[in-house]
Amino acid sequence: MERSMAYERDLNLKATELRLGLPGSDEPKKPSTTPSVRSNKRASPEISEESRSKGSSCVSSKVESGERDSAPPAKEQVVGWPPIRSYRKNSLRAKKNDQVDGAGMYVKVSVDGAPYLRKIDLKVYKSYPELLETLENMFKLTIGEYSEKEGYNGSDFAPTYEDKDGDWMLVGDVPWDMFISSCKRLRIMKGSEARGLSC
Amino acid sequence: MITNKKPRSSDTDSNYMRDDRTEMSEEDDRSPPSDSIANGSCLTRTCTPGSGSGSGSGSSSIPEYAAPYPDRVLENVLENVLWFLTSRKDRNAASLVCRSWYRVEAMTRSDLFIGNCYAVSPERATSRFTRVRSVTLKGKPRFADFNLMPPNWGAHFAPWVSATAKAYPWLEKIHLKRMSVTDDDLDLLAESFSGFKELVLVCCDGFGTSGLAAVASKCRQLKVLDLIESEVSDDEVDWIMCFPDTETCLESLIFDCVECLVDFDALERLVVRSPSLKKLRLNRFVSIGQLYRLMVRAPQLTHLGTGSFSPSEDVAQGELELDYVSAFAACKSLVCLSGFREIVPDCLPAIYPVCANLTSLNFSYANISAEQLKPIISNCHKLQTFWVLDSICDEGLQAVATTCKELRELRVFPFDAREDIEGPVSEVGLQAISEGCRKLQSILYFCQRMTNAAVIAMSKNCPDLVVFRLCIMGRHRPDHVTGKPMDEGFGAIVMNCKKLTRLAVSGLLTDTAFAYIGKYGKIVRTLSVAFAGDSDMGLKYVLEGCPRLQKLEIRDSPFGDTALLSGLHHYYNMRFLWMSACRLSHQGCQQIAQALPHLVVEVIKHEDVVHMDDYADTLYMYRSLAGRRHDVPQFVSIL
Repeated sequence: MERSMAYERDLNLKATELRLGLPGSDEPKKPSTTPSVRSNKRASPEISEESRSKGSSCVSSKVESGERDSAPPAKEQVVGWPPIRSYRKNSLRAKKNDQVDGAGMYVKVSVDGAPYLRKIDLKVYKSYPELLETLENMFKLTIGEYSEKEGYNGSDFAPTYEDKDGDWMLVGDVPWDMFISSCKRLRIMKGSEARGLSC
Repeated sequence: MITNKKPRSSDTDSNYMRDDRTEMSEEDDRSPPSDSIANGSCLTRTCTPGSGSGSGSGSSSIPEYAAPYPDRVLENVLENVLWFLTSRKDRNAASLVCRSWYRVEAMTRSDLFIGNCYAVSPERATSRFTRVRSVTLKGKPRFADFNLMPPNWGAHFAPWVSATAKAYPWLEKIHLKRMSVTDDDLDLLAESFSGFKELVLVCCDGFGTSGLAAVASKCRQLKVLDLIESEVSDDEVDWIMCFPDTETCLESLIFDCVECLVDFDALERLVVRSPSLKKLRLNRFVSIGQLYRLMVRAPQLTHLGTGSFSPSEDVAQGELELDYVSAFAACKSLVCLSGFREIVPDCLPAIYPVCANLTSLNFSYANISAEQLKPIISNCHKLQTFWVLDSICDEGLQAVATTCKELRELRVFPFDAREDIEGPVSEVGLQAISEGCRKLQSILYFCQRMTNAAVIAMSKNCPDLVVFRLCIMGRHRPDHVTGKPMDEGFGAIVMNCKKLTRLAVSGLLTDTAFAYIGKYGKIVRTLSVAFAGDSDMGLKYVLEGCPRLQKLEIRDSPFGDTALLSGLHHYYNMRFLWMSACRLSHQGCQQIAQALPHLVVEVIKHEDVVHMDDYADTLYMYRSLAGRRHDVPQFVSIL
């Protein structure tokens, strides 16, 4: 036994180990005792589910204690952590939704009657015709021409979007740049609802 | 505790005063003495030869001093002298000398500061201090800001406003922090204090625009209305319109946290008729074009909060063509700039003319990159306070370090406050700041990764640090280069920064870190701990080692009853102790309550946490002369 351990030491397996991480950095040590007290509690499964869903500060330790041996799991959000006041969090959250940067500007697109949604990057498009053409191809439908007075007359579909204020607007009414900065999601309405808008 | 501080009066008799005071303090006479009359008569005899013994008392005819009431003489003298004493600490010390001093000090205290609104009852405070002009009250503990306290816990302003309304009709200033204020409270305030001048509400809630309207319309002498990080509900009352139509005394109007539209024309008219206005911080509903109009009306401003700093959606084109650079150039006294709530980076160059004079710049709501920051910051040579988002990255911080040699306070907030993401700032930024900004006194730094080396470097490069708050957002994160706990970094901070009074720790920390704090943190007054430590020893080190500790807030750390009990000798010296999600049992808390009768021990239950055993969710305890409070909600039990 000892000989094999010595042998392993001489080989210095650790140094030649293939792993992700900077040379010389160890894996982060798990604390010897779980910091949060909740792991000591004998909670029944249903109750622990309940407290988990309500987002109390005990959530994270349950996740940790259950998966101690595996790689650190993605931590669920903990109440009040990081310690940022809600006013600041809310102000910045609004900004994140509006953010138009190199990372792209993905918005969800739903079509009435379709079983699932798609996501598109609005930044890729430079104008309404481009966007509408893509939508038509993506969902195999015809949206038609936009007119200020009549919307998308002559079509069963009307593209709408939800703006920053939470209102549903007809795509095409505002200048493209304003649309880009205020569009949160797209919905292609169908049938009588769609026709209602175009009238 | 008695300071032999000499009174500032340049009276010839100040020599007498000095000797007398020394005599008294050497007697160590702190309890109301039965021999106070004797002391008084001694004084009388020495005073009789007679130049006037007080600057206030006019004639020095001897019969006046032949004392049937020697205390009156003393009090007269003291009164005139004590008016000069402004420091709270000194006043508290003076009030302990003897009963006469206690009385006179109480009569001459004009600024009443109550660090915990539950530490004393309003009635007791107002009956002791009879001539107060300014009241400062602090309510909820700081962790309430992060949703760790259920709503409606308390800290109501109502009993205070009614007591002060009766006791101090001449009250001029009220400053509240983390209090629950209602519209009725504000209305009563506005009605009761005819000479009211200053209202400052920091992190308060419970009121709305109708309360503000009452203050605006009824407080005709109002100079300061500052709403800072408070939650103001929109009652659809346009409070700006409620200011009187005549010229106002307004010097400071801060409402950047108010999340409701104000009538801009009314605001503009208000600014025009407020010639003394120096501080104006607009909310995000004011567009850059509107800002322009206000700036040209008020070039005398010293502090400006710029509102959204972006064009409004309707008028886009016209607004972009205004000459913002001239407007800023015209504000020659501008030293403090903030706002930029919805900044359009193209507009940023408008502020170039004021950069060289700025001492304070708050970009903490501006999502700008290093490239956008550099041209601005490279001109800000006088900057002392800088708040910013981590969107500027380490590179932006390096630019700050290069130029801002006078920097005293830095706060770096996270744009994306989550754990386990990459994070744009790191130890690189911290190291750069430590090397460039040697005069740094206060830092708050949010990051995802950090090293001991950078923290140690800061401890050595910035010896003037008074406040060090590092928040490594990933819980239990070690030094990301060495993999070791962050003990050595924080240890170096307490060891090397001899002026440090406030510390917030984070990252992977063992009991060793706390041993360092207990050993070296001798003047630490405020300590903030989260997700740290291994055992009770951690907390014990701190409670036994830090004699100046006043405010201790701990969450999610493995400290239990044994540790709690080790602080019994110290809790009366503290303003409060907060411990949530630790290992405290009800019995442990009960023991403390029994041992220390003047401590209010609150155990707060969180409704959404299920209790399977005896642990106390949250312990919040504080010394108090008032005993258990009468406004306890059902989720709080006082032991």
